[in-house]
Amino acid sequence: MSPLTEHAWLRSDGRKGIRNTLVVAYLVECAHHVAREIQIPYRGHDVHLIGFSGCYPNDYSFRMMQSLCTHPNVGGVLLLSLGCEGFNRHALRDAIRETGRPCELLVIQQSGGTRATVKSGRERVEAILQDMAQQPRGPMEFCELSVGTVCGGSDGTSGITANPGIGRTFDRLVADGATCIFEETGELIGCEQIMAARAATPDLARELTDSVEKAARYYTLMGHGSFAPGNADGGLTTQEEKSMGAYSKSGSSAISGLIKPGDVPRMGGLYLLDVVPDGDPRFGFPNINDNAEIAELIACGSHLILFATGRGSVVGSAISPVIKVCANPETFRNLPDDMDVDAGRILENRGTLDEVGEEIFQLVRSVAAHQRTASEALGHQEFVLGYKTFEPIGPTCHPTYQ
Amino acid sequence: MDTIQLSPSDNVAVLTRSVLAGEQVRVGEAESVMEQALGLGHKLALRRISAGEKILKYGASIGSATREIAPGEHVHLQNMKSDYLPTYTLEGGREFHAKS
Repeated sequence: MSPLTEHAWLRSDGRKGIRNTLVVAYLVECAHHVAREIQIPYRGHDVHLIGFSGCYPNDYSFRMMQSLCTHPNVGGVLLLSLGCEGFNRHALRDAIRETGRPCELLVIQQSGGTRATVKSGRERVEAILQDMAQQPRGPMEFCELSVGTVCGGSDGTSGITANPGIGRTFDRLVADGATCIFEETGELIGCEQIMAARAATPDLARELTDSVEKAARYYTLMGHGSFAPGNADGGLTTQEEKSMGAYSKSGSSAISGLIKPGDVPRMGGLYLLDVVPDGDPRFGFPNINDNAEIAELIACGSHLILFATGRGSVVGSAISPVIKVCANPETFRNLPDDMDVDAGRILENRGTLDEVGEEIFQLVRSVAAHQRTASEALGHQEFVLGYKTFEPIGPTCHPTYQ
Repeated sequence: MDTIQLSPSDNVAVLTRSVLAGEQVRVGEAESVMEQALGLGHKLALRRISAGEKILKYGASIGSATREIAPGEHVHLQNMKSDYLPTYTLEGGREFHAKS
């Protein structure tokens, strides 16, 4: 098969990027405004804003920021600190520089305040962009591609059209050697046994069911599942019904491993990302919205995201392009500019699941070769990151490496 | 085709188009008159379902009937519930928690 693209960006860790984005990252909410002001003139030029709002440090959020700032789609980084927050800015800067990426750190309290830091920040952006333009390019194969999937604004059509359509694409990508990641263990409540039957080993099967049981305990304690009022308006009645639809995004390949946010699989295959924190609930709901899950998929190396929606989500993401697969034909007609694939046409006898799966697969190829998705073209660059606590994954979660 | 049955063992079918109140809709082998307007993606009973019986979709249980459900009837929050977690929704602009 021909390479996925001839012009990927080659990174020092051996991974390859399908975008060459400069990330402006604030390390506390108090630096958010300055970071945004720096970025505003560069909107539309692959300069994306991400950040962490909290003042208190947290191992998970540090690991997330490190994974995101050294993601293969990222070519350079500008960090914005107020100066007194708990985030370990020096460790993050050093970790990014170790990868060979240009990285600058500005501390507002030591840079003359808002106006002076914005001016200085824009000068740094110019310098980093010049450096990034020199980064080497080369071919990228399917086995070097990582694709994540998420669903949001689900309705009664999601599990019939868009989600199984993405499942077909995942089957094809896994067969071609790519890494595919599905997630949201809380949206697998009710299908844990069906899923466990696809585990590569019996030990992994137990880990998969344990992760879903952890999610069920967590959500029961919080008093909410992963179910929004719009899901019910769209014909979904229960968590397990929503789960069965969400689960179909994973396709039918064997499940190779279980990962947690920031774990980057070293071999192709299908992986479940466990996004529910370990231990007692401490920081509230695990994923406060879809973009928290998307950020975690990207931190695990996803170059692009397949997003299934029924009610009609309009979001994109910083760092990795989001392909919107619309499950509901009425929604597609209602929000045409926001959607990339009309999977709901299956319900109107204008296509089959196989055809939708093939269309998504071809779109993955074009987007990897730099075609803009609908949300990218509209400037969507949503990002959110909160607090969590995780234990490292055990050896059975990566059965292919034993 | 107004509805789709996703698995042979299912006792509900899914509307493939939005329907109006009073409209006649084909549900499996039977015709049923809609009591209310429903959006596509909503579920209709393929046969009589007893209180406590599992609701089957995709060939899997998606919850239990909380009362007897007639063939062709809309299957949703008013007559079924999750076997795992309560369903949160908004009703009339007020927060509403369905009992699990």
